[in-house]
Amino acid sequence: MTRPAVLTGKHFMHGDHACAEGALAAGCRFFAGYPITPSTEIAEHLAARLPEVDGVFIQMEDELASMATILGASAAGARSMTATSGPGLSLMMENLGLGVMLELPTLVVDVMRGSPSTGLPTLPGQSDVMQARWGSHGDFAVIAYSPWSPQEMFDLTILSFNMADLYCVPAILLADEVVGHMVEKVTIPPEDKIDHIERKKPSKPADGSTYKSYLVEDPDLVPALPFAGEGYHIHLTGLTHDERGYPDMSAETHDHLVRRLFEKIQKNANDIIRVEGYELEGARIMVVSYGCTARSAHSAVLQARAKGIPAGLLRLVSIWPFPECIIRDLSKSIDHFIVAEMNLGQVRLEVERVVHRDVIGVHHAGGAMIPPEPILAAIEAVAK
Amino acid sequence: MSQAIVAEKHPLDDLIRADRMPHIWCPGCGIGIIMRCYAQAILDSDMPIDKHIVVSGIGCSGRVAGYMKLDSYHTTHGRAIPFATGLKLANPSLTVSVFSGDGDLAAIGGNHLIHAARRNIDLTVVCINNFNFGMTGGQVGPTTPQGAFGTTAPYGCQELPFNLPGLLKACGANFVSRWTAVHVRQVRDDIQYAFSKPGFAFIEVLAPCPIGFGKSNGIDDGLEEMEMYRDRSVHIQEAKASEEEMVIDLRADHPIYVGRFVDRDRPPFKPAEALKS
Ligand SMILES: Cc1ncc(C[n+]2csc(CCOP(=O)(O)OP(=O)(O)O)c2C)c(N)n1
Ligand code: SF4
Ligand SMILES: [Mg+2]
Repeated sequence: MTRPAVLTGKHFMHGDHACAEGALAAGCRFFAGYPITPSTEIAEHLAARLPEVDGVFIQMEDELASMATILGASAAGARSMTATSGPGLSLMMENLGLGVMLELPTLVVDVMRGSPSTGLPTLPGQSDVMQARWGSHGDFAVIAYSPWSPQEMFDLTILSFNMADLYCVPAILLADEVVGHMVEKVTIPPEDKIDHIERKKPSKPADGSTYKSYLVEDPDLVPALPFAGEGYHIHLTGLTHDERGYPDMSAETHDHLVRRLFEKIQKNANDIIRVEGYELEGARIMVVSYGCTARSAHSAVLQARAKGIPAGLLRLVSIWPFPECIIRDLSKSIDHFIVAEMNLGQVRLEVERVVHRDVIGVHHAGGAMIPPEPILAAIEAVAK
Repeated sequence: MSQAIVAEKHPLDDLIRADRMPHIWCPGCGIGIIMRCYAQAILDSDMPIDKHIVVSGIGCSGRVAGYMKLDSYHTTHGRAIPFATGLKLANPSLTVSVFSGDGDLAAIGGNHLIHAARRNIDLTVVCINNFNFGMTGGQVGPTTPQGAFGTTAPYGCQELPFNLPGLLKACGANFVSRWTAVHVRQVRDDIQYAFSKPGFAFIEVLAPCPIGFGKSNGIDDGLEEMEMYRDRSVHIQEAKASEEEMVIDLRADHPIYVGRFVDRDRPPFKPAEALKS
């Protein structure tokens, strides 16, 4: 029996499956990928589900191809996605940059495992945070969200698609093995309650004149790109290009283009950024965390509060663009920042950059979730 | 005195981005000839121009996407085929062609080439084989004939080159042909045939690159290479040749086998369909 695209209702659902269902609910009808633990269940689930909604599922020969294929599908107007883990993300970096340069929205789900290299295929990690931001060559900005539950695997997949389309950029869902393989309650809302943002399109039909694909007049700095086959005869190139999309090898054009690609995200950061605060009232010690580690951090903060320690949690629902302003504002009343993450300090570096002082790190290179105890110990150590 | 004929419009004006001329190609380069064949095939095809899409990778041959007045995508080195796959599968009403070089398609993109052929994705792929990496200055690549020279093989290329038609045939492509830049009619015809042929179509066109390949190999200009093609081309229908002999060898007196190597009707790639009940 074929099921509808949106499985409205309450489910007891696997995180990777929730991501796949979120994609279908968001209108994604195109998946290209290459299997890799711990993301494979997303591909497997979509291999069964996409044909039910007349979508396209294709297993590619590698992640280079996967990334290029979802960009091609995006150029044709489809909401497209892939899912991978660290080793695959490394291969996707080349064409992630192409997506940034062509301004084609798509979604890359990275279910992080212990890294570097083949690392810990079946065990969790959070070490691709900086790669998501800086992994492809060049200056650019991306959008990345980090779910802490199967419910957010669903919700943030939809948000990622919407933000990608709104800002014409690939979005990255930085999940981790714990959240990907966890089974929890997931509520899927009715179809008409699911936010859907359409990509900006040209305001006028094709008229035979050269359409300026990258002439950006709106203050959001986002171009209006037609889909392939609509008659505009556009040219999209990974080379530095002018407003017509034509290659232009001048320093001025290059600087102008790269700045816009960067500022397009920075300028709209307030719209993209999502954070959640817990126990912020009167907090003097702030734990910053994300993904599965934020679950432990939350528990540690509640335990600290029970002991009378004024600790709070800032959970980064979005990681990129980095919520600089929020953290800077908080820093006025916070004595100590603690970052808890399953890597050796990637977000800690960012927090230090923003608050201009030493930040305590609770780190583990990956392989097992950081439990609440070391986070609580770090809170207690600074509370003394 | 006879009246001068002034053409108001070039027959290909609607298909070429005149505002991008002059192009970057060197005098004597064969790529423009093949692009012209492609443009003519589009004009002669049944599909509306708006539905013709061209995708290129990186290289001199990869610049074709930038000169065609179509929806055109100049992607990354080697990835034109997967990008085109996404376009075609997301919108099957498009006629998607890939125009790229031997290095782009058979070196860095080799894995995508064989898998797209195996899947029989409905694409038309035109491969300009100039036996070298022209854009980066004449290095050898996977189609450089044995004994030929390149800037990264100053003592001569030792490796066996790909016999592209044989490779594509083994992989499962529905249509495979090889021509040279001299065979403009055959190239035009085969591109047009490929547009309407379901499945993966691969057209290899040997083309002069006097600057990248010629200079290291004593071929003085594009014309000389064209003459070599004319003199040495043998149609596969006219001669029995083994698979080994199909491999291109430019050393004296080896024929260059051209023609249609494969024309079959394997089912093209189709996304899975759910069992409706
Ligand atoms: C990832 C990557 N590696 C290397 C290059 C440099 N590069 C540009 S074109 C090219 C070779 C192109 O050869 P071919 O496809 O035969 O095209 P031609 O210039 O001969 O037409 C190379 C190696 C690149 N652009 N990207
Ligand atoms: S280097 Fe070779 S392939 Fe490139 S434009 Fe010049 S002649 Fe043509
Ligand atoms: Mg070449």
